Amino acid sequence: MSEETAHKTRSDMIVCENVDKWFGDFQALKGVTATIAEQEVVVVLGPSGSGKSTWIRCINRLEAHQKGTIVVDGVELTNDLRNIEKIRSEVGMVFQQFNLFPHLTVLDNVTLAPKWVRKMPKTEAENKAKDLLEMVGIPEQAAKYPGQLSGGQQQRVAIARALAMEPRIMLFDEPTSALDPEMIKEVLDVMRDLALGGMTMMVVTHEMGFAKEVADRVIFMESGEIVEEGTPEHFFTNPTEDRTKLFLSQIL
Amino acid sequence: MNSGLNNGGAAPAQLTPKLVAGAFLILLCSILLSLLFGPVSIRPDRIFLEIFDRIPWISVDSGLSKVEAAIVWDVRLPRIVLGLIVGGLLAMAGASYQGVFRNPLADPYLLGVAAGAGLGATVAIVSGASNGTGMFDALPIAAFLGSAIAVGITLAVGGAVSRSTSTASLLLAGVAVASLFTAIQTYIQQRESATLRQVYSWILGRLSTSGWDEVLLILPYALVSVSIMYAMKGALDVLAVGEEEALSLGLRPERVRWVVIAAASLASASAVAVSGLIAFVGIIVPHAVRLVVGASNRLVVPLSFLIGAAFLMLTDLLARTLQSPAELPIGVVTAFFGAPFFLFVLRRRSDGVI
Repeated sequence: MSEETAHKTRSDMIVCENVDKWFGDFQALKGVTATIAEQEVVVVLGPSGSGKSTWIRCINRLEAHQKGTIVVDGVELTNDLRNIEKIRSEVGMVFQQFNLFPHLTVLDNVTLAPKWVRKMPKTEAENKAKDLLEMVGIPEQAAKYPGQLSGGQQQRVAIARALAMEPRIMLFDEPTSALDPEMIKEVLDVMRDLALGGMTMMVVTHEMGFAKEVADRVIFMESGEIVEEGTPEHFFTNPTEDRTKLFLSQIL
Repeated sequence: MNSGLNNGGAAPAQLTPKLVAGAFLILLCSILLSLLFGPVSIRPDRIFLEIFDRIPWISVDSGLSKVEAAIVWDVRLPRIVLGLIVGGLLAMAGASYQGVFRNPLADPYLLGVAAGAGLGATVAIVSGASNGTGMFDALPIAAFLGSAIAVGITLAVGGAVSRSTSTASLLLAGVAVASLFTAIQTYIQQRESATLRQVYSWILGRLSTSGWDEVLLILPYALVSVSIMYAMKGALDVLAVGEEEALSLGLRPERVRWVVIAAASLASASAVAVSGLIAFVGIIVPHAVRLVVGASNRLVVPLSFLIGAAFLMLTDLLARTLQSPAELPIGVVTAFFGAPFFLFVLRRRSDGVI
């Protein structure tokens, strides 16, 4: 319970209430309600098609929800472009497909958005990018092109690229699903370091080891709704819902 | 999945002084060549002296007759400057369109600029409102209005759809609008066959000028559109990593797209208004630049202006000297060199190089 009280003293970073989302006739999110506190690391699990990616994509408005409210760091997501812009500037996102610009060096890929979206001076952007590449463990790759890097290294560049915009929240949408097995660990290690550094994170993943080790809380979704949530210990050792048990029996 | 893409990518993504100097050198050589050669042969040393003479506080006797001096200042030079502006605008607009649609085959006439200008020009010629060239001639204005209307319809129809499909529907709307305008233009042209020759020669493109009027006419539009495209070159690079990545990096792709499309359309419409439909410059020049410096829009967009300007000046030099005193339509010359190059690029594409 001490962890619960710790969360309450922190401010709420993401508050979702009764969020509904349809794609045509198909309801992808059904009354999703959850609160993510500052510095909390939440892993979202669920079978494919359960709405977990759709949910985190709603949080930085890559998808628009139709009902309910989403408040990110005190700003409600509405159709107001200024709000959307403000929220996107605080939320970094890492995708399954780490689309880097193949014709630019790694360093250039990381400095691109700070320079051309934030208008950060060149040397400042480059120093920051070098620090970030150091952080994700590939400072020696700065002058190379994405095609010369392994998938795991490319994904780490993508993480550095998102961090270069100085987000307060990081969303990860299956960041290791496109990687060869031997490269998954290096990416998860970077994410764990980020979590230990106090970043607020929502991670959609199938990596149960990461969920057990790093998550403060696990949220299990199915058919667009949150079925069960709790600490990793509760979730993996003592789940209460039948659907959770079924999912875990299939995946573990 | 992208591993084949960076073969030619070993170039710096910055406008280094060396690259800029190189491009300016090519431009300068093209200007000099175009100035020195023409249907009337004038001694090169005298042309140089004449230019020196015009520099303030320098007075030399160039030995040129009044007529020869007029040929240099009021015939050759305005035409060179017009070629510079038009070639630069078309190539830069092509590079910008290619960046914004992330499609290497996009060209400045994509969204109906050519068909709209064609209809406008045909109407002006047929109605007799155009009686030559000049500052207040109706033809460039009608052509400009025609392309503005065509692009406006394309954007209004094709842009009124959701984000994910917007570039595809813009392109389709552009195709439909272009067909419609071309159909109307052809209909008018067939009914008024007496003016067929005049319309046809406009469609093939030409850089004939009457003094400095055309240059002055498009200069303001050129300055505005070039500055905007230049300012957006970095945003195009951010956009190049993908719509969702750009969004999550804080860029507003829709806004970038609208601004670049508007500026590139303005550039193409003003170029077309004074020069007719000059083919291929907008496609081959950006590709040639890309082959040399790599695919970063921060290099391709500005360098395309300089190289496009040089390319059009040189093709115009060929157009007015190959069969002098007769002139070849410049559109024929650009296509004659452009089409084979384009086929070459296309073949490389199908080999999986690009």
